[in-house]
Amino acid sequence: MHKLQWTIFLLCAAPLFSQTAAAPAGDAPNGRKLFEKYGCYQCHGREAQGGLGTGPRLGPKPLPYVAIQKYIRQPTGQMPPYTAKVVNDKDLADMYAFLQSVAAPPPAKDIPLLNN
Amino acid sequence: MRKSLWGSKKKSSVGRRGFLKGAAGGAAALAVAGSQPAVAQEPAAAARSASAPVAAPERDPAPSAELLTADRPGSDFMVDVIKALGFEVIFSNPGSSFRALHESVVNYGGNKMPEFHTCCHEESSVGMAHGYAKIEGKPALVLAHGTVGLQHASMAIYNAYCDRVPVFMIIGNTIDANTRRPGVEWAHSVQDAAVLVRDFTKWDDMPISLPHFAESAVRAYKLAMTPPTMPVLLVADGDLQENPMAPGEKPRMPKLTWSAPPQGDAAAVAETAKLLVNAENPVIIADRCARTPAGLKNLVELAELLQAAVINQNGRMNFPSRHPLNQTESRTIIRDADVILGLEVWDFWGTVNNFRDQLHRTYRPITKAGAKMIAISATDLNTRANYQDFQRLPDLDISMAADSEATLPALIDACKKLITADRKRAFDERGKKLAKAHQDAQERLRVEASYAWDASPISVARMSAEVWAAVKDKDWSLVSNNAWPQRLWNFTKHYQYIGGAGGAGVGYGAPAALGAAVANKKYGRFSVNIQNDGDLMYAPGVLWTSAHHQIPLLTVMHNNRAYHQEVMHLQRMSSRHQRQIDTAEIGTTLKNPNIDYANLAKSMGVHGEGPITDPKDLGPALKRAVDIVAKGEPVLIDVVTQPR
Repeated sequence: MHKLQWTIFLLCAAPLFSQTAAAPAGDAPNGRKLFEKYGCYQCHGREAQGGLGTGPRLGPKPLPYVAIQKYIRQPTGQMPPYTAKVVNDKDLADMYAFLQSVAAPPPAKDIPLLNN
Repeated sequence: MRKSLWGSKKKSSVGRRGFLKGAAGGAAALAVAGSQPAVAQEPAAAARSASAPVAAPERDPAPSAELLTADRPGSDFMVDVIKALGFEVIFSNPGSSFRALHESVVNYGGNKMPEFHTCCHEESSVGMAHGYAKIEGKPALVLAHGTVGLQHASMAIYNAYCDRVPVFMIIGNTIDANTRRPGVEWAHSVQDAAVLVRDFTKWDDMPISLPHFAESAVRAYKLAMTPPTMPVLLVADGDLQENPMAPGEKPRMPKLTWSAPPQGDAAAVAETAKLLVNAENPVIIADRCARTPAGLKNLVELAELLQAAVINQNGRMNFPSRHPLNQTESRTIIRDADVILGLEVWDFWGTVNNFRDQLHRTYRPITKAGAKMIAISATDLNTRANYQDFQRLPDLDISMAADSEATLPALIDACKKLITADRKRAFDERGKKLAKAHQDAQERLRVEASYAWDASPISVARMSAEVWAAVKDKDWSLVSNNAWPQRLWNFTKHYQYIGGAGGAGVGYGAPAALGAAVANKKYGRFSVNIQNDGDLMYAPGVLWTSAHHQIPLLTVMHNNRAYHQEVMHLQRMSSRHQRQIDTAEIGTTLKNPNIDYANLAKSMGVHGEGPITDPKDLGPALKRAVDIVAKGEPVLIDVVTQPR
């Protein structure tokens, strides 16, 4: 149920943070590398698509930066904590830029394999 | 419910009558020769007893007087027993401690019913029997060496035990120190062979005579098949196997009488029915419920009768994946439930509580206050102390120590008696809401599957969708435990899914898939296995077994080049300790070099293709593979995948 808890938290938290400052500028290509280096892909997939039973989808259209930053530092669900000592704010910003850069998939209804 | 063991031997290539006739002929031939010493001419009862003193010569007899052959070894009678029990297959890695039994299977038994399947590891033998039983609903026979062989087999036995699956094992051993060959046979002999696995088998015995063997074999089979079904083990003494039977000896063959599976107490069933019928949001959770196709049918009937939500925890093929009442993907159904019925739920507590794996482990219930909880499980009928697979004790309102599948008909009848027209109307309304929720969940899953659709490595959802497209028009059977197919495929039949390992011991997947494919072969079913890479590497010799015995099986590698669960665990520890986290792949991955599974398969006589990294290449490769499997051969497609 950790996935559920994480999702509920972010859904609830999103409106609170949507009015806050925009995400800091980040380097998306470097963020992709860091997403791998820090092992985010392990639970969330290499394209941030989410992993079954491990972690929710993070992109495209990620939740507000502040919400994600807050959760990473002090998770309320199953996710391990990533303190600034482990992942600094600069790297976090780059990874957030990567999440923003993830392209939207084709609509599911247009994928024949998902409709049989 | 009664079955005559001898009556089941009609198709045996060598009947009991013929066997005795042949044995008598053999004895007559020996008498004509007239060269045997008295002791050897008449095999004494002592020679048939593993514990009785054996009249062994103190020095070598004169060569002309020495009896060197035996026409009726005890192992022939053991084969009679095995055939009478109806075993179709033997999964085994050869071992000298059961050499006589092996020879009797092949020559006396004609290697038919059962047929010897050569395995490259005892863990594979038991894993194959595990998968076979899940399809066939009855045990295969595993023959194994009594010490080192059983040590190899032990993890797989534990999996079957946790998974409540019947496996019937016979292991060799030589108990009499006076007759052991010097050297290795001493290292491979043991006072109490079964003690190694006694904590996780249902029953074992070491028969010391052939009548004892027959009785214990029948008893073991009966116990293995009585819920909770579990592995059983017999020790076949080497002397008992190899010593000849006495002329005219006819060991007693007991009748196999099945035990009726334990049903829930009538009062408890009635109270459960009352709670279910009066509930506003009942939820049925099924894990290892459907032992047979009847379990699937009856669960559907109960759910439809009540228009109740069903969560399939997939220990078995319990419930159709696209049934409108299937709410497995619901995020709120347990939270909103007022009555929860668990059917052979392995971890009831973990199902209704949220447990956080943080530095300070905490938990909280996810059910609402006052929700009634009912468990029907045969686990309480056979729980041991040492291994902790029984899970945390849940707070239950009703607990039935009974077999869920066997209890369902009585529960259905009890519910029918209580349903009024008002309740029926409420049920119908509830059913419409659940159908809408199911439809919404299906749509959500399709959208989830679309993310990373064109990614490389290939997403597991994409791989699952590609495999589904390739097999859906076959009479298919998914012989592996995978979550994405459960979300995307249309499961309707009992044999279409076999659940998981039980004890989560890695190395189960590949042999269980092959064992299930052995069972599916005679029905002409198309077996497909989505195979984890780390699991295959425990004992890849199953690939050779599949080629050697020409078992049609499509293996699609879920090759994430890691023991991925462990990658995540290591990273969790690193982040918790605020240390370097890019080291999580040390000791947890299968890279540098990458394993070439296609060539591994080819080296063992299996068609292999891959590695496939571009999703566009997967569909055509699968089509080629399906065509080969349809001809009766095994194929492996190596797909490089996303982690999960």
